[in-house]
Amino acid sequence: MRLIVPLQSVVQGRGGLIFGSLIPCALFYFLQLYLKRHRSHNPQSSPPSPTLSSPKLAELTRTSSRSNLFSRGSNGQVRISTRAISIAKPNDSPYYIGLEKASEDPFDRFGNPDGVIQLGLSENRLCFDLIEKWILENLKDSMMGSDDGDLNINGIATYQPFDGTLELKLAMAGFMSHIMGGAVSFEPSQMVLTAGATPAIETLCFCLADQGNAFLVPTPYYPGFDRDVKFRTGVELIPVHCRSTDNFTLSITALDQAFNQTRKHGTKIRGILLSNPANPVGNLLSREMLHAILDFAREKNIHIISDEIFAGSIYGDEEFVSMAEVLDSEGFDKDRVHIVYGLSKDLSLPGFRVGVIYSFNENVLAAARKLTRFSSVSAPTQRILVSMLSDTRFIEEYIKTTKRRVRNMYDLFVAGLKKLNIRCADSSAGLYCWADMSKLISSYSEKGELELWDKLLNVGKINVTPGSACHCIEPGWFRCCFTTIVEEDIPVVMERIQKAVKSTTNLSNSS
Amino acid sequence: MTQALYSRTRSPETEKEKGGGGAAMRVIVPLQGVVQGRGGLVLGSVIPCALFYVLQFYLKRHRKDTDEQNNSDSSSQNPTPRSSSYGNLSELPGLTRNWSRGLSSPRNLRGPVSVSGRVSGIVKGADSPYYVGLRRAKEDPYDELSNPNGIIQLGLAENKLSLDLVEHWLADNAEQAILRNGKELSISRIATYQPFDGLMEFKVAVAGFMSQVMEKAVSFNPSQVVLTAGATPAIEILSFCLADAGNAFLVPTPYYPGYDRDIKWRTGVEIIHVPCRSADNFNLSITALDRAFDQAKKRGLKVRGIMLSNPSNPVGNLISRETLYILLDFAREKNIHIVSNELLAGSTHGNEEFVSMAELLDPDDFDRKRVHIVYGLSKDLSLPGFRVGVIYSHNEEVLAAAKKLARFSSVSAPTQCLLTSMLTDAKFVQTLITINRERLQSMYAQFVAGLKKLGIKCIKSSGGFYCWADMSGLIRSYSEKGELELWDKLLNIAKVNVAPGSACHCIEPGWFRFCFTTLTEKDIPIVMDRIQRVSETCKLNR
Repeated sequence: MRLIVPLQSVVQGRGGLIFGSLIPCALFYFLQLYLKRHRSHNPQSSPPSPTLSSPKLAELTRTSSRSNLFSRGSNGQVRISTRAISIAKPNDSPYYIGLEKASEDPFDRFGNPDGVIQLGLSENRLCFDLIEKWILENLKDSMMGSDDGDLNINGIATYQPFDGTLELKLAMAGFMSHIMGGAVSFEPSQMVLTAGATPAIETLCFCLADQGNAFLVPTPYYPGFDRDVKFRTGVELIPVHCRSTDNFTLSITALDQAFNQTRKHGTKIRGILLSNPANPVGNLLSREMLHAILDFAREKNIHIISDEIFAGSIYGDEEFVSMAEVLDSEGFDKDRVHIVYGLSKDLSLPGFRVGVIYSFNENVLAAARKLTRFSSVSAPTQRILVSMLSDTRFIEEYIKTTKRRVRNMYDLFVAGLKKLNIRCADSSAGLYCWADMSKLISSYSEKGELELWDKLLNVGKINVTPGSACHCIEPGWFRCCFTTIVEEDIPVVMERIQKAVKSTTNLSNSS
Repeated sequence: MTQALYSRTRSPETEKEKGGGGAAMRVIVPLQGVVQGRGGLVLGSVIPCALFYVLQFYLKRHRKDTDEQNNSDSSSQNPTPRSSSYGNLSELPGLTRNWSRGLSSPRNLRGPVSVSGRVSGIVKGADSPYYVGLRRAKEDPYDELSNPNGIIQLGLAENKLSLDLVEHWLADNAEQAILRNGKELSISRIATYQPFDGLMEFKVAVAGFMSQVMEKAVSFNPSQVVLTAGATPAIEILSFCLADAGNAFLVPTPYYPGYDRDIKWRTGVEIIHVPCRSADNFNLSITALDRAFDQAKKRGLKVRGIMLSNPSNPVGNLISRETLYILLDFAREKNIHIVSNELLAGSTHGNEEFVSMAELLDPDDFDRKRVHIVYGLSKDLSLPGFRVGVIYSHNEEVLAAAKKLARFSSVSAPTQCLLTSMLTDAKFVQTLITINRERLQSMYAQFVAGLKKLGIKCIKSSGGFYCWADMSGLIRSYSEKGELELWDKLLNIAKVNVAPGSACHCIEPGWFRFCFTTLTEKDIPIVMDRIQRVSETCKLNR
C-alpha cells in the first residue's frame, strides 16, 4: 500500500500521459524478458547489445558490471555458457538414473547375481552370436579392402565424404528396402549418414525448425527425444496425448487440437515427429493413418519426421508400412517427409554409431550433408558395414533369426507378466513391451508410479522405464525391454517384480 | 517541473528492478492512472506500442551495423557462412511471408514447405574459395599416370607421408585389435552401447599418446578427456559450452577457414578477428588482442574466450612460452576462457620447441578452469578418416556438458578398439613420430626451396603440413581481388589448389597456404613447374 499511494498521486497528475506510456512499455518489456528467460533455458536469449544499457535489463547489466569489476586483475571464477549449465546438471529423469544404476552394477548370472537387471535399454543382444561369427570370418577382408592382398589404406585413413561413402549408402539403401520387405526402394543419393540416429534427429530438427519453433510429438515418446530435439537446437516439443483406451494409437483429432492450441500461444509448429514402430508402446501406424497424417501435414504445411529405426524389429503379424512406401504410392508432395533410420536396433550394432537421414527435400539434404561434418561415421566402420550389409546371405539369415528370437522372447516375457496379472498393450514391434502396472501403484498419479519404479529398481533390482519419463498421460505404465536378457533370466525378472510389488503393498498397507 | 517528474520516474523503475516480486501491484496502479487520465487510454496504448516498435527497429538496425562491420573487418567479399543469428535476421521477412500465406489459405495449401531460416544460410554459404578449391580438386584429382592434367591438391591439410607405416601396422594387427585374441572374442565390447564420450581404455591410450607427442613435458589425466568424432565437433562443443548465442571469441587471423563453420554455424557465437601481420612474422600481439577486446565490448559483444591454434594454421609458427604466459594473464584479467587447438602438436618440423598450454598450468592453480585443449588423431597420426577428436579440460562443468553432448558425435566402437591397440603399441608410436617428423622436415625443406627458386618467400615456420607463402609480388592489384585472381589462375591454369589468405581472413593480401604433405617428393618439380607458368604470366602482365 505504501507504494501505491505515492504512485497514484504522480500518475493522476499531469504526468499521466508520459507515465501511462513509459510504464506499460517498460512492464511489457520486462514481461518479454521474463518469458524469454524462462523459456526452458533458451540458449539464444537476447544477445547483449549496447543499446540495452538502460537499467531495464536487470540480468544483463549485472553480469556486465561484474566483468567490469573483474577487469582489473581479479581472479573471478570463469563462467560457462548458460545453455551449457543446464546441460551439465546431473540428469534427474528416472530414465537416465535407472540406466546409470544398471550400468554401474550390472546383473550377471554368475559374476553378480544380485546386480540390477537392465530392462531399460532397448538393445538387442539376442543375435550377437551371428554377428560375432560374421566378424570373425570377414573382418580383415572387409576392412583392409580387396582380398588380393592389395591394401587400400587411402580408403580409410584419409578424409572421406563426411556424409558417408557412396558404397555404404548403396549397401544401406539395399538393407533398408530388404528390412521393409522389399516394398520400397531407397535412393542412395537421398541419404545422409550420421554417427547414430540421435544426431540424425538433431540435424533434422536443426534443418526444419528455428529456435522457438515446435514439433508435435505423440506421447508416450522415447525419453531421448527431449535431448535430441531440445538440447542444442532450441526447438520445443508439443505432446499429443494418446490414451490406453485407443491402445495408444494416434488420432488426428488430438493432433489437430494440439496444433490449434499451440498456435494460439503463438508458437510456430514446423512438423510432426513420429516413431513408427512406436517407442515405447510398440504399435504400428496403419496405412490409413499414415495417409491421414500426410493429409494433415499438407493442410498445415508442416514437415513429417518419421523415425523408423525399429522397422525390422517386428514380432507381430501386423504389416509394417514405411512412410516412404505411402509416398511412393501416392505421389504426395514429398518435400515434407524425412525418414530416420539406423543400424543400432535392426542390426543390433549401437556401438558402431550409424544413423541415416533419408529425405526427399534437396535443401534439407544439402544442409544435412554439411552438418555431418560434426557427426560422421568412422571410415573403418563404414568399410566393415559395406561388406556386412552386402552379404545378402548373412543378412537374410540374420533378419530371419532375429525375428524368430525376438518373437520368442516377447511371448515368454508377456506370458510371465500375465501370470503376475500385469497386462501389456497390444504391440507388434520393438524390443520391449508396454506394461500396465496401474493396479500395483499406491496412488494413481505420477508419484505412485515413481514409487513403484523406485521399488523395482532398489528392491527388485530391475531397471524399467516409467511412463512418466516418456511423458505418458496415464500413470502406471512401464516399458520393459526384453532383448538384453536371455531366456533363463525371465523367471528371475518375474520373481523380482513380485518381490518389489509385495514390498510396496506392504508399505501402503502399513502406512 | 518536468525534470522533477523525470527524476521521480526513475525511482520507481529502479525499485522495480530490485524488487521484482510484487509486480502485480504496480501493474494496476499506472494502468489505473492511464485510464483515469484525460485521453490517456488511447495514447497510453498507442505510445507504448510505438516506443516498443522504435526500440525493436533500433536494435535491428544496430545488429545489421555490426554485421556490416564484421564483414568489412574480415576484409573479404566472399560470402563466408554467416552466423546463424544473422542468418535468422536476414530470413525474417521470408518467414513472416510464409506465415501470413499460411493464414490466408489454411486449407489445401500446396506451397513447398520451407526449411528453417538458420540452415538456408548454411545451404548457400559454401562459396568461399577454400571450399570451391577443395571441391574442384576432388572432382578432377591429379594422378601421375591416369590423370596427369588433373588438379594437384595443396589445399587440404592431410598428411600422407607416413601412411605406409600405418598401413603396415593395420595389416598386421587390425583383426587382432578389434577382436582381441582369437579365442576370447569380445563382440559385446564393440556391438553394444558404449560410453558416448569414449571407452576408458581408449582415453588412457589417447592421453598417453598426447603426452608422448608433446615429448613427455605434460601428462594428461584420462578422466579429463572427452572424445568426439573429430576435432571439428570438439571445437563446436566447446564453443557451445563456453559461449551463449551472440557472445564472441577472439581469434587471431589468419585462421583455419573451418573455424567459421565450427564456431559459428550452429552455436550462434561470433568471431572477432585479431589481426596479425607479416611485419611480426604473423605472431600474436597482446596489443592487438586488447584492442580487439575493447572494440568488441564497445560493440556490445560479450567476449567469452580466445581461440588459439598452436602450432598455428595456416602460418605454421609456434606460440612461445612467454606469449602463452601473457595470454593466460590476459585471460585472467578479462576473466575469459582460452581454447588452445593443439591438433598439430606432433607435426613440428623445425628446431623450435613446442609448448602446450597444458604445460603452463599449475596443478593447484584454479585458473586451469579457463583453459581447454583441443586435440585429435587426424593430423599427428594421419588418420582423418577415423574421425577422432579430443577435448581436454580442467573444468568439471565443461566436461559434464561435453560428455552429454558427445552423444551427438561419438566415435565408433570398432575404431576405438583398433586405435587403443595402435596407440598402446609404444614402439610403433615412437617410430611413427620420429619417421614422420623426419619426412615432414625433408618435404618442408624441399618445397620451400622450390618456391624460393621461383622468387616466392615463405614465413619461417616450424609446424604443420603447409607453408605460408608470400605471393604479393605476383598479384596485379594489392587487394583481395588481386589475390583471388591469382588463386583462380593457379586453380584453373596451373591446376594447383591452394588456400588464399582471404579465406583465412588474413589482413594482408597475397598470402597463400600450400599443403605439401599430400605430395610425394617427385611431385614437387611438377608443382613448381605449374606455379612458374602462372607466375611468369603474372610478371609479364605487370
